[in-house]
Amino acid sequence: MTEQTPSERFRLAIVGAGPAGLSAAARAAELDRKAGRSVPTHILLEGSPAHAKTIQRYQKGKHVMAEPGFLNLRSDLRFEAGSREAILDAWLQDYKRIGINMHLGAVVEAITGVRGDFVIKLKGGAIVRAENVVLAIGLEGNPRKVGAPGDDSQAVQYQLDDPKAYLNETIIVVGAGDAAIENALALSEQNDVFIVNRGKEFSRAKDGNLTAVLAAISDQNGRLDVFYETKIKRITERAGQTPLLAVVLETPAGEKTVECQRLIARLGAEPPRRFVESIGIRFPNTRSDAIPELSRRYESNVQGIFIIGSLAGYPLIKQAMNQGYDVAEFIYGNTTLKPADYQLVEWQFCGIPFFKDPDEALERFKSKVPMFRELNALAFRELIIESEISVAYRDGPEYLDESRKIAALIAKQATQGRQPRATRIMREGDVIYEPGEFGTSFFTIVNGSVTLQSIENPSLSAQLAAGEFFGEMSLLSGRPRTERAIAGPACVLVETPRRTMVKLMNSNEEVRKGIDWIFIVRELQRHFAPSATFRDLRTMAAGLSVKRYKAGEVVFSEGETGDRLYIIRSGGLTLSRKLDGHDVMVAQIAAGSLAGEMALMGDPERRETATATLAAELIELRRDDFLTLARRPDAPIDPLQRAASRRVTDNARMQVRPESGSLMGFLMREGLGEATDVLVIDESLCVGCDNCEKACAETHDGVSRLDRKSGASFANVHIPIACRHCEQPHCMKDCPPNAIRRSPTGEVYINETCIGCGNCQANCPYDVIRMVYDAPKKPGLLAWLLTGAGPGLGEQADYQPSEAAKNKGKKAVKCDACISVKNGPACVKACPTGAAMRIGPERYVDLVEERRG
Amino acid sequence: MIHQGILRYAGLRYLWIGLVLIAACGGLYATQGGMYPARGDTWQGYVLGSVAALMVVWLSSIGIRKRRYGSGSGSVQGWTSAHIYLGVVVVAVATLHSAAQFHWNVHTLAYVLMCLVVLSGIVGVFSYLNVPGQLSANREGGSRSELFGELFDLDKRGREVAQRCDPRTGAAVISSIERTTIGGGVFAQLLRIDKSLYDPGVVEVQRAKPGLMRNADQSAVIEYVASRVPRADKRTEAANLQSLVLLLCRRQTVLRRIRRDIQLQGWLKVWLFVHVPLTFATIVAILVHILVSFLYW
Repeated sequence: MTEQTPSERFRLAIVGAGPAGLSAAARAAELDRKAGRSVPTHILLEGSPAHAKTIQRYQKGKHVMAEPGFLNLRSDLRFEAGSREAILDAWLQDYKRIGINMHLGAVVEAITGVRGDFVIKLKGGAIVRAENVVLAIGLEGNPRKVGAPGDDSQAVQYQLDDPKAYLNETIIVVGAGDAAIENALALSEQNDVFIVNRGKEFSRAKDGNLTAVLAAISDQNGRLDVFYETKIKRITERAGQTPLLAVVLETPAGEKTVECQRLIARLGAEPPRRFVESIGIRFPNTRSDAIPELSRRYESNVQGIFIIGSLAGYPLIKQAMNQGYDVAEFIYGNTTLKPADYQLVEWQFCGIPFFKDPDEALERFKSKVPMFRELNALAFRELIIESEISVAYRDGPEYLDESRKIAALIAKQATQGRQPRATRIMREGDVIYEPGEFGTSFFTIVNGSVTLQSIENPSLSAQLAAGEFFGEMSLLSGRPRTERAIAGPACVLVETPRRTMVKLMNSNEEVRKGIDWIFIVRELQRHFAPSATFRDLRTMAAGLSVKRYKAGEVVFSEGETGDRLYIIRSGGLTLSRKLDGHDVMVAQIAAGSLAGEMALMGDPERRETATATLAAELIELRRDDFLTLARRPDAPIDPLQRAASRRVTDNARMQVRPESGSLMGFLMREGLGEATDVLVIDESLCVGCDNCEKACAETHDGVSRLDRKSGASFANVHIPIACRHCEQPHCMKDCPPNAIRRSPTGEVYINETCIGCGNCQANCPYDVIRMVYDAPKKPGLLAWLLTGAGPGLGEQADYQPSEAAKNKGKKAVKCDACISVKNGPACVKACPTGAAMRIGPERYVDLVEERRG
Repeated sequence: MIHQGILRYAGLRYLWIGLVLIAACGGLYATQGGMYPARGDTWQGYVLGSVAALMVVWLSSIGIRKRRYGSGSGSVQGWTSAHIYLGVVVVAVATLHSAAQFHWNVHTLAYVLMCLVVLSGIVGVFSYLNVPGQLSANREGGSRSELFGELFDLDKRGREVAQRCDPRTGAAVISSIERTTIGGGVFAQLLRIDKSLYDPGVVEVQRAKPGLMRNADQSAVIEYVASRVPRADKRTEAANLQSLVLLLCRRQTVLRRIRRDIQLQGWLKVWLFVHVPLTFATIVAILVHILVSFLYW
């Protein structure tokens, strides 16, 4: 880089040589070539010693997927699903062939300046000047350094690929988090390991790691030791000697020198946000997953700085590569370029009335819905691409015409091997969803109307018009739908999947506020004012807010005087009473219900202590507001009082039978508070035949998704390791290809687009997800019974995957509640003694009260 | 609990079906009248025999049904419940078919084998009804692997403390850990036979024969260590011995639980080793019985 004179300026500097950055640089290089420029007008800066750092770090041979399948690749680099090596190799060949002006090991420390003249300061003092900057730095950030003299030694490393690669070395591991503990434990199997912990204990570690590390440290024969309250003071290389490093530690007992072969620092990563903000780029809020605001051309609020790839909210390789191509085209002056997904959007819109072209339709949709107007062009386009557009026509020739047109389009797509993608055509009066269905989406009305029918009181139905939205209850609380939605005349809907909506709410405060507000209004209607209009409740709703509680946090305490009630928006509450100095659990209150209402209906003293069972969101309603609602002529006073008195008896009944309370407490400790469908085994009936596990494996390609023996037991109730189909599934949170879905009947399942990244496995608090190769096919039942062919029934322990299965890679598997098996949950159906049962939260009380069904 | 056992399944549906079947068969039997002794080769006898044979075939098909996991024919629990009630009923039907005429021949052999199958099945039902509760009570919410985990941990700690005691006590305790046996053959498992040994050292014990001594239920080694406490010379020694006694007693409890677990699991399974082979024997005997009956018609 030194050959660059200060006056020389690149047209484009790209920071980060991941898929997005590489693709952008490749396009710029191609544009240079086409224009016949011999000196590159672009530069690609990469801090690490090789391209695609994150993919380099994948385990050897890992299969990388090319999701989303519906999107075409638009890049000068090749990319298709394959092994890590094949992909890295193709990129290496391509970028050499194309002649990208890449500088490896160029760590960007600061970017200053304005469009046309940005100054990029590199580590070591070099300066790069550029007219435009593309940030393609991903989300991983750079590992935190040890921060002591000598931490740039070759023998100081910030990751550990294979602990088995070292034998009988002395190794220092710095850090107190899970990564440090896991590395130290793995290394200590055949090396002498010291953990250097700045604190007094391992307070950030997971329980399992904590126990394991403490046991290993106290094991006198083990090879693991720890320095608490210790910092690294200095690292020196002892040239030519073994061990190579001398590390000076500052321990509470004074300085101490440890000689070792290597030092591994696992201090977490510096998220890139601070760096990005230092350039002047604004984030909409302080949430850790917030995404900077971008224009349709990926330009940030700092003109001339563009952001693409996972930092812009696009975690998939193909999306990132397409953006790289597009952004380079934009910067080099191509203003008419249609995005790679233009065709997709066209298909989505093609069935709406008066359709001209996608850009016009996008504009029209955006202008009609106040919430959409809050979004910038890029975010809105993203929302539409991930959503489904539905249109209702009157039953008749027009409906038939449109249906035929769409059917023909889908048939054409099928011949091209594509998944169907088109406008969904409905008839006026069609049911959009039924009560009891698990909602996975959120609906916005762009045109026409939709009727919401209450189930408790069918005479009450609300008419929603263009610009309004519905389905927010399931979105926010994870509970099934409570009403029936019917398509009205000329209705045009945008149906957005939950995860897109959640992402949007996290990055756009206005959208979040709007949805919060409507949620409160609808909850007030549902509980207290069934025939009130939005206008009636507007002021009250605006005064109410959503309060968040952490798991275990106290909402109100026994003996207090209460002056408010709570509507549980998400999570749940545990009510307990003091009895002889002990807490006895008397009730579990689920999302969508009221809590503490008795304080406003006769008995102001709190008779229970309410704590959040899991992270909960509550809406607080004070006495004045409640009285205002109660004075309305439509106030359902009778049902409210009946429900309250039923709760009084239920709670009393639980209190006088503390054993039920402790069983309920056990269920809650096992996380059943957020479950919707859980496998419960009665140990007094279970004969341990494992027919449940075998049935699971046999109906799911030879791999069992349940582990009967593991899991906790209490008072004859055993909760095996098996998916509980949580209200708000943790596994869904972070799935790059959006492969984890929830069916309308509630089953959470993983579809075939899984890329095997393992995020869901890491996110599941109940350890129910496994990463496995496909199991080999087995001979049929009769062949086994008669000739003993094959490994027998159930999952074969340590099965050897075929080459094809290995090439496909490990995929996530979990219980899908037998959504694909015709005759219901195989585990339950196969239990010979009736010990296995799947239940939802509504039957927990039956379970603990020994009521036989 | 909302779970429902096999006997109470579906409001005793199969008990009632079984009783109706017995009544019907009894009625059919009675139509033979008292004129001459009832036999298997009247038309009523053939009907009863066919019903019994079909029932046997159906009863044995549970072995296939319970492994057809995708099957839509009810739940395995329902099949098991029916299997139990109708399995008992088949004895009644076969008895009516035989008209209680027993001799030393293949016909009676088939009958006896069938009765043995049903008897072993009843033992099975009995253990299915009783053992799971005992298993669960014995494990107190833990699992067998957790029990073994605790045992290994206790072994390790026991060795550590033993090494800090005087050499002979140490050697005795370590030998007791090494010579602990769990399980064994079928009878050892089912009857919890404990062949654990330990080596108390030569001098200390006033017995003619030195060497290994019986240490069933670990009581001998516990007694041995406890008896050393009053003779300890130093305070630290006494403390070590005390903690050793504590560890050994906990170890005794864990071992008892493990043996009990093995025993109960054994009782849950052992009847099947009689039930299933005898079923095959019964089917063969019935085939011979049918063949022979027709040959001598």
